[in-house]
Amino acid sequence: MNPFSSGTRLRDMIRAIRACKTAAEERAVIRKECASIRAAISDNDQTFRHRNLAKLMFIHMLGYPTHFGQMECLKLIAAPGFAEKRIGYLGLMLLLDERQEVLMLVTNSLKQDLNQNNQHIVGLALCALGNICSADMARDLAPEVEKLLQFRDPNIRKKAALCSIRIIKKVPDLADNFVDPVVSLLKEKHHGVLLTGIQLCTDLCKVNEEALEYFRKKCTEGLVRSLKDVVNSPYVPEYDISGIADPFLHIRLLRVLRILGHGDADASDCMSDILAQVATKTESHKNAGNAILYECVGTIMSVEDNGGLRVLAINILGRFLSNRDNNIRYVALNMLMKAIAVDAQAVQRHRATILECVKDLDASIRKRALELVYLLVNESNVKPLMKELVDYLEVSDQGFKGDLTAKICSIVEKFSPDKIWYIDQMLKVLSEAGNFVKASVWHALVVVITNASNLQGYSVRSLYRAIQISRDQETLIRVAVWCIGEYGDMLVNNIEMLDIEEPITVTESDAVDVVEIAIKNHSLNLTTRAMCLIALLKLSSRFPSCSQRIKEIIAQYKGSLLLELQQRSVEFNSIIGKHKNIRSALVERMPVLDEATYNGRRARSASAAVSTSLEFASNLSNGVIARTDVAPLVDLLDMGADEPVPPCSSGGNFLLDLIDVDMPSSSSQSDVLLDLLSAWSPPPQKGSPTTDIILLNQDDKPSVNALDILSSSMVPSGEAKPTGPYMMDLLDVFGPNPATPEESGPTFPPIVAYESSALTIIFNFSKRPENPQMTDIEAMFTNKSSDVYTDFVFQAAVPKVNA
Amino acid sequence: MIRFILLQNRQGKTRLAKYYIPLEESEKHKVEYEVHRLVVNRDPKFTNFVEFRTHKVIYRRYAGLFFSLCVDITDNELAYLEGIHLFVEILDHFFSNVCELDLVFNFHKVYLILDEFILAGEFQETSKKAIIERMGELEKQE
Repeated sequence: MNPFSSGTRLRDMIRAIRACKTAAEERAVIRKECASIRAAISDNDQTFRHRNLAKLMFIHMLGYPTHFGQMECLKLIAAPGFAEKRIGYLGLMLLLDERQEVLMLVTNSLKQDLNQNNQHIVGLALCALGNICSADMARDLAPEVEKLLQFRDPNIRKKAALCSIRIIKKVPDLADNFVDPVVSLLKEKHHGVLLTGIQLCTDLCKVNEEALEYFRKKCTEGLVRSLKDVVNSPYVPEYDISGIADPFLHIRLLRVLRILGHGDADASDCMSDILAQVATKTESHKNAGNAILYECVGTIMSVEDNGGLRVLAINILGRFLSNRDNNIRYVALNMLMKAIAVDAQAVQRHRATILECVKDLDASIRKRALELVYLLVNESNVKPLMKELVDYLEVSDQGFKGDLTAKICSIVEKFSPDKIWYIDQMLKVLSEAGNFVKASVWHALVVVITNASNLQGYSVRSLYRAIQISRDQETLIRVAVWCIGEYGDMLVNNIEMLDIEEPITVTESDAVDVVEIAIKNHSLNLTTRAMCLIALLKLSSRFPSCSQRIKEIIAQYKGSLLLELQQRSVEFNSIIGKHKNIRSALVERMPVLDEATYNGRRARSASAAVSTSLEFASNLSNGVIARTDVAPLVDLLDMGADEPVPPCSSGGNFLLDLIDVDMPSSSSQSDVLLDLLSAWSPPPQKGSPTTDIILLNQDDKPSVNALDILSSSMVPSGEAKPTGPYMMDLLDVFGPNPATPEESGPTFPPIVAYESSALTIIFNFSKRPENPQMTDIEAMFTNKSSDVYTDFVFQAAVPKVNA
Repeated sequence: MIRFILLQNRQGKTRLAKYYIPLEESEKHKVEYEVHRLVVNRDPKFTNFVEFRTHKVIYRRYAGLFFSLCVDITDNELAYLEGIHLFVEILDHFFSNVCELDLVFNFHKVYLILDEFILAGEFQETSKKAIIERMGELEKQE
C-alpha cells in the first residue's frame, strides 16, 4: 500500500500547514498532528506507521522537535515491506545521525538488509549506511559492503563503492580490504560504477600510502586508457552534456591521475599525452568544457614537470582570466595561486588583470584576487602594487576594508624598501581605514618612528596633516596624539625638515587643539582618550606658553566618570601644579625600543598567542621589572606592552607609580616609594640586588620575585625612607617626607609598609645567603590604639609578574 | 566532498536539506540561515561561489529556488555547478516541469531522487536517464 496515494493524509497535513496565516496557527496545527502521532506510537499502530513518520519528517523540516519518532524509524526498517523500509531509512537519515546511540540498534537490521535478495532493499540499506554510518557500524558492516562491490547489479556496485568511502574515512585501518576490489572496479565500462570506483580509489590513496603506490603501479595505464576512451568516445546521448560525453567522469579521472602523477615521474610521463590532448581539444564555450579544462590545468600543475604542458596550462589560465564569465575568472584566480609555485614569472605577466579583479564588484572574486596579489608582491613591484591597493582602499566597501587593510599592512611591513616609504604608506592606511588596523600594526609603526630619529619631525608633521583631514579613524588619532606628545616641539618648530616636505606653520596652541579635540570626542574609546591626557602632560612641559591652558583641560577630567581618566587627571594636575621641578624629567621622550628585539617579541607573542598580561612580563625591557595588568584601566598599558615604558607609566589603580626611581640623585626630593609597578632600574652602581635585577632582565626572565623588586627599589634610595602613609593619599607622597638615612649595605633597610594613628606595619628584610633569589620578610604590627584587635587579618597584594 | 545540500526559496524556507556530515539541529538551522543570507542578495552576474566558513558554497538560482551545495575548498567548483544543473534537469523530468509546490508535497520523492544521484557526499550517477529509470523501478516496488 502506498501511503501517499491512498488516504492522502500527508497531503492534507501539508495543505493545512500551508493554509496557516500566522506562525501561531501553524504551531497549533503541528501540535495537533504531533499529538495524534504520539498517540499512534503509544498504541503501536502498524497501518499508519510509515505515513506518520513521513509526516514527522515534514514537521522536522519545518524545524520542530521530532525526536520521539526516532524509534519508529527502527521499527519501520525492521518491517518486511519495501514501502515501510523506504520511509524508515529516509527517516533514519533525516532524524538521526552518527552520534546518536539509537543508531547502534539499527546495525542488525542493516546487516540483514545488506544480505537480502531484493536488490532494491540492499540499495536502501547501502544508501543509509553511506550517509550516516558511524565508526562502529563501519567496522561491523565492512565485510558485507566489500562483498557487494561484486554484486551483479551495477546500481548496487556503485552504491557499495561510495559506501566504502565512508567506511575507510571512518576507519582508515580497513583500507587494505578494499584495494583489490577497486582494481576490478576501475576496469568497469558502466559509467556510474567507474565513476564511483575512481572516487573510492582517490580516497584510498589519500588515507593509505601503500594503496597509492599499488594503484600507481597497477592502474595508471588503465586509467589513462579510460580517459582516452571517454575523451574520444562518440556521442552518447545518455551522458552528453553540451557536446561532451560525461564531464563528471572526465573530471574524476583527471583528479585521480593528479594524485597518481604527483611526485612520480614515470606516472606523469604516462599521462602527459592525454593531458595535452584534453588541454588543447576540449571545447571551452560551455561550463562543462571549462570545468574539464580547469581540472586538467590543476592536474598539469600537480604532476611532475613537463615544460610544454605547463605553458599550455598557464595559457589556459590566461584565457580564463580574460573571460567575461565571473565564474571562470574566479577559478582562474584560484588556480593561479597554485601556479605561482610552478612559474611565478608567468603569473606576474597577468598582474594588471589580477589587480583589476581586486576591484571587482563581486566579493568572492575580490577575495581570491587579493590573496593572489599578496603572493605576487616582491621587492621590485611593491611600490606600484601598493599604490593601486591603497588607492582602492579609499573606494572599497566597508565589508572588504578589513581584509584589504590587513593584507596591505602585512605587505608594507614585509617589503618596505625604506622607512620613509613605510611611514608614508602606513599613514595612508591609517587615514583611510584606521579603524580596521590591528593594534600590533600601529604599535610597530610607533616603534619604527621612535627608531628613525631623522624622520620623527617628518612623521609628526605628516600625522598632523592627516589628522586634519580624517578625524574619525581611531588608530590614526592614537598614533598622531602619541607623536604630538613626544615630538610636539618638532611639529611647531619644523625641526628636521626634509626636502620633499612642504613647509607648514603650526602654533603650539594648534597642536594642543588637536589633542583637545580628540580627548573631547566621546566616540573614541578610553585608551585613546587616556593617551590624549598623557600627550597633554607631555606638551605642558614642551610648550610652556600653553601650560595653563593644558592644566585647565586636564582639570576638566577630575570629575570624569571614567575612573582611569579621573585618576590620571588628578595625578597630572598635581604634577603640573606642584611638581614643576620633576616634571621635565618625568615627561622626557620615551626611550627607544630596539626594532629587532621588538619584532622578535612580536613574532614570539603572536605565535604563542599569549595574553596581554603575559606579554607584559616578557616584553619588559629597559629595566622595567614588573607591572600589574589592570585590564580596564589601560592608558599606556597598551603601549607598555610593546613600547618602552614611559617614565610616567601607570599600571595599577592602587599604587602610584609616578615616581621614577631612575633619579637617585634627586632622591631627597622624590622619596622613592615602593614603586611596585614600574621600578625604573637604577644605574648598576649600588649593591647586589640592583645587579640582580639587571641580570634578570638580561635573561629576559619575567619571573622576578615581586619582593625582590620591593627590596631593590629601596636601594637607590638608600638614605631615604618613606614614612608617609602612602596608601592613603598618594599624591601627598611628593611632599618632603622626613628622610631617615639608613645604612645601606648588604642588609636591607626595613620599611614602614603602613602607618596610621592606630596601626604601624614594618617590614624587615633578610636574604638567605644560599638563595639570593629568596627574600624573607618579617612583618611587625604595632597596635598604637587603646583598643584590642581581634581576628586580625593581614592581606598583601603582590603584582603578578609571572604566569 | 559535498558537506550538505540545501534547497531554499527566496524567503529562506528550506525545502530540502541533506547533510553528509553530522551537525547539531541548532547548528543546521544556523547554517541554513547563514547560507540563505549569503546567496539571496547576490547579483546574478556575480560568481556562483561564495566562501562559507572554511568551505565553499556553490549555488544556483532557478526561479525562486536556490540550490546550494557546500563543498571542500579544493573541489572543482565548475563541476558542482554542472551537477546542480543536472539535478534540476532530473527533477524537471521526473515531475514534468517542476515547481516549488511539487517539491513541497513530494519532498520524500525528492530525497529519493537525491539518494540516487548523490551518496556519501559524492556523485553516484551522472546519467539523467538512468536515474529516472531507477525511480520508475522503485515506484513499482511499492
